[in-house]
Amino acid sequence: MADGGGIRRDRGPLKGGVGASVPHDSAAKHVAGEAIYIDDIPELPGTLHVAPHLSVHAHARILSVDVSAARAAPGVRAVITAGDVPGDIDIGPVFPGDPVLADGLVQFHGQPIAAVAADTLKQARAAAALVRVEYEPLPAVLTAEEALEKRFFVSPSLTMRRGGPEAALAAAPHRMAGTMVMGGQDHFYLEGMIAYAQPREDGDLLVFSSTQHPSEVQHLIARCLGLADHAVTVEVRRMGGGFGGKETQPAQIACIASILAARTRRPVKFRLDRDDDMIMTGKRHDFFVRYDVGHDADGRILALDMDLAGRCGFSPDLSNAIVDRAMFHADNGYFLPHAEVRGHRCKTHTVSNTAFRGFGGPQGMVAIEHVVDRIARSLGRDPLDVRKANLYGRDGVRDVTHYGMSVEDNVLPEMLDELERSSDYRARRRAIDAFNRESPVLKRGIALTPVKFGISFTATHLNQAGALVLVYQDGTVQLNHGGTEMGQGVYVKVAQVVAETFQIDLDRIRITATNTGKVPNTSPTAASAGTDLNGMAARDGAIQIRNRLTHFLAERFGTAPDAVAFKDNKVRVGDHVMAFEDVTRMAYMARISLSATGFYRTPKIWWDRSAAHGRPFYYFAYGAAATEAEIDTLTGESRFLRADVLHDVGHSINPAIDIGQIEGGFVQGIGWLTMEELWWDAAGRLRTHAPSTYKIPTARDVPADLRVSLFANANREDTIHRSKAVGEPPLMLGISAWLALRDAVAAVGEHRLVPDLDAPATPERVLMACEALRARMAG
Amino acid sequence: MTTTVRLDVNGEVREVRADGATPLLDVLRDQLGLVGAKRGCSYGVCGTCTVLIDGMAARACLAVAADCEGRAIETVEALAPGPDRLHPIQAALARAGAVQCGFCIPGVVMAARALLAVNPAPDEDAVREALSGQMCRCSGYGALVEAIVGMGRPQDG
Repeated sequence: MADGGGIRRDRGPLKGGVGASVPHDSAAKHVAGEAIYIDDIPELPGTLHVAPHLSVHAHARILSVDVSAARAAPGVRAVITAGDVPGDIDIGPVFPGDPVLADGLVQFHGQPIAAVAADTLKQARAAAALVRVEYEPLPAVLTAEEALEKRFFVSPSLTMRRGGPEAALAAAPHRMAGTMVMGGQDHFYLEGMIAYAQPREDGDLLVFSSTQHPSEVQHLIARCLGLADHAVTVEVRRMGGGFGGKETQPAQIACIASILAARTRRPVKFRLDRDDDMIMTGKRHDFFVRYDVGHDADGRILALDMDLAGRCGFSPDLSNAIVDRAMFHADNGYFLPHAEVRGHRCKTHTVSNTAFRGFGGPQGMVAIEHVVDRIARSLGRDPLDVRKANLYGRDGVRDVTHYGMSVEDNVLPEMLDELERSSDYRARRRAIDAFNRESPVLKRGIALTPVKFGISFTATHLNQAGALVLVYQDGTVQLNHGGTEMGQGVYVKVAQVVAETFQIDLDRIRITATNTGKVPNTSPTAASAGTDLNGMAARDGAIQIRNRLTHFLAERFGTAPDAVAFKDNKVRVGDHVMAFEDVTRMAYMARISLSATGFYRTPKIWWDRSAAHGRPFYYFAYGAAATEAEIDTLTGESRFLRADVLHDVGHSINPAIDIGQIEGGFVQGIGWLTMEELWWDAAGRLRTHAPSTYKIPTARDVPADLRVSLFANANREDTIHRSKAVGEPPLMLGISAWLALRDAVAAVGEHRLVPDLDAPATPERVLMACEALRARMAG
Repeated sequence: MTTTVRLDVNGEVREVRADGATPLLDVLRDQLGLVGAKRGCSYGVCGTCTVLIDGMAARACLAVAADCEGRAIETVEALAPGPDRLHPIQAALARAGAVQCGFCIPGVVMAARALLAVNPAPDEDAVREALSGQMCRCSGYGALVEAIVGMGRPQDG
């Protein structure tokens, strides 16, 4: 916020309250190059730098580790291996299985075995290369499909079931079975993982960590050092992107830095370079899908049997909840009268996959969208008509999910109708058909797809938040809460909530770095719930203070409390009008407390995992996108000509920020499904570990004509100012881009054959799908 | 071998220590405290370290510091004395809501500056071309492109 927020007294109407499209709070600092990320913090004298030594096998017993040469190398202050971890070596966030450093066994190529701290990074890297490890290689399982066949899992499978799918499948007039695969995705946050640990008095540590979950990093550092939680403070002001990649995975970086800091009693910085970051840290789960579906002549699904097998990597990490969420979203927006969905957590000797925007939801959605697309094509019907025929109903009609939750807030029928009109879908479909008839090489396609995404952590206990609101005598405010800022704008949105509550301008509120010493026991900033949870907690804190001021003024002026009103930087008490800062000064002199901790827990939600039944989500966020693509059937290259997006954010707290999230999420989804390809070789080595080989969308790859609108809607649940979460859902709008490519490929077969095009639909896959269709047409 | 290298950075001559392989980015960030240019990939691909060398956009992670003697280096810090007095390019990007996590933005600012110096009124295609080496993982590029195209239009007032 701008400076001098407390000094001006001539303030008019509220600036920067709820609903205002104010820029990101750090925008001016970002463009000036003055926003401080952890690698930009001036280094303390004596700071050491860390380099890891990584496994060169996907699966092997460690017979011996010799660090003597590394220890003797110039500038080296410490070298640690598994035996040097003072406390618990396992830093698994929910379930055990993640050693800080490999302990007798390596389970993926790139797993850290040792870490070196030296005076310079160059010295650390040179020394890390001197660590000698003797291995006994073991057979490795590398794909989800293979793990599924061997029943090799990181945790047990789960089944969600509704009705009697076996009988319904047998009785269905149309039935088909199939498999598909979809790739994973590297987060490619531009700021790589980093931690900077600084020893303090009494053996305490202050650790700056690029983490979405400071409390977990705090607890895991304490655990692996054998310290109490209160001895460790973790702080993060901002991250250069997170996208879920910094939910659990930063703990290992922070723990290694902390162990080395405690051992050397010096500040220690551990920043992963890009290759190490991509090799050492988990990604979006790729999935193998098997299905059997029964439907009627209109394409309406009568029964579905589906296996969703996610490649989890070597440890559980968050995979239990991620595969659950894939299962929860195997309906997307469609009613499944009879269904059995089984989720499998496949163990592989690859890096442990983790949270990534959507958290499994996108994978479940891609699976069902593949099925619906195939049904439509096999019937020769427009996929949009089949989608509409399958949408959930409302008010007791076709509105119960395969996990027993009623879809009470369904707006997809209206949204699809609106987007069909505003995108001119039918006329463009005809124009595309005409284009394709005249164009032998270039083919076009279009797809309009819905998104229904459940909001809440499915681990119910995480749906809580705390905030600290401090009002000073001059009427300015410091705000702190558990939400972490990774670019999504949670800081400014929560500050807008507090500005609205006190009715003071946004520039009077100073947003402060997320710090475990200010608000304890926080949940990760994840599940799109950052503003929902922390906004409510901050409002609770602000309301407590405002209520104290109200009662103080009522007493002082001898009026009823309801004669006190906060409005536009002023407080009215009957006929008296005072500036907000006059009230805070009076309250201080009268010994009224001007600070409060706010708290929130999400109501209504429950989930019985053993019965696979409940209401895991407080509400659903909805969206829809129509994307038009063009492919070159001789090279497989593609481009996106136009995309229309309609998205439901409820009553937006900040429309500019929300639209930025929608566009960014959509483009990230396009990247996942059409260009980003992770590629492991037969030895389990990731060969796409830099932007030179792993392609994320650039300014030239996005739809040339992108039109984003917000759907007019209020959250029917009592969320913060009736808004809806916006972080994850827009990613799944990108499914329309993948299906537009499928549609364009289908044009090669004149829409008479169903194309075979898995994700990501890279130029290579598009070309192969075109070739396969041509061969089938000729044959 | 490490030697003293004299660099012209933002109009000032600065002495730094560098060997034949020390990247300009390390010198800027670690010795001169100019942390606006970011370490993104160190491959010359992501663009977060973009600075100007003799007016041309260049990757500071690939430029060898010792080779930059006698050349004019400009970093994002040269553009504005502080967040309250922004250069028009910076103001346009901040105002347009083009900024999310912000890590890519100093590089985008410098790439836009290099473009506008040779093409004061670029069309959308020229801007997308100039930004094609500047990766942004948060936005869909739309607001970035719009803000820079808008720089070339006649300004109100």
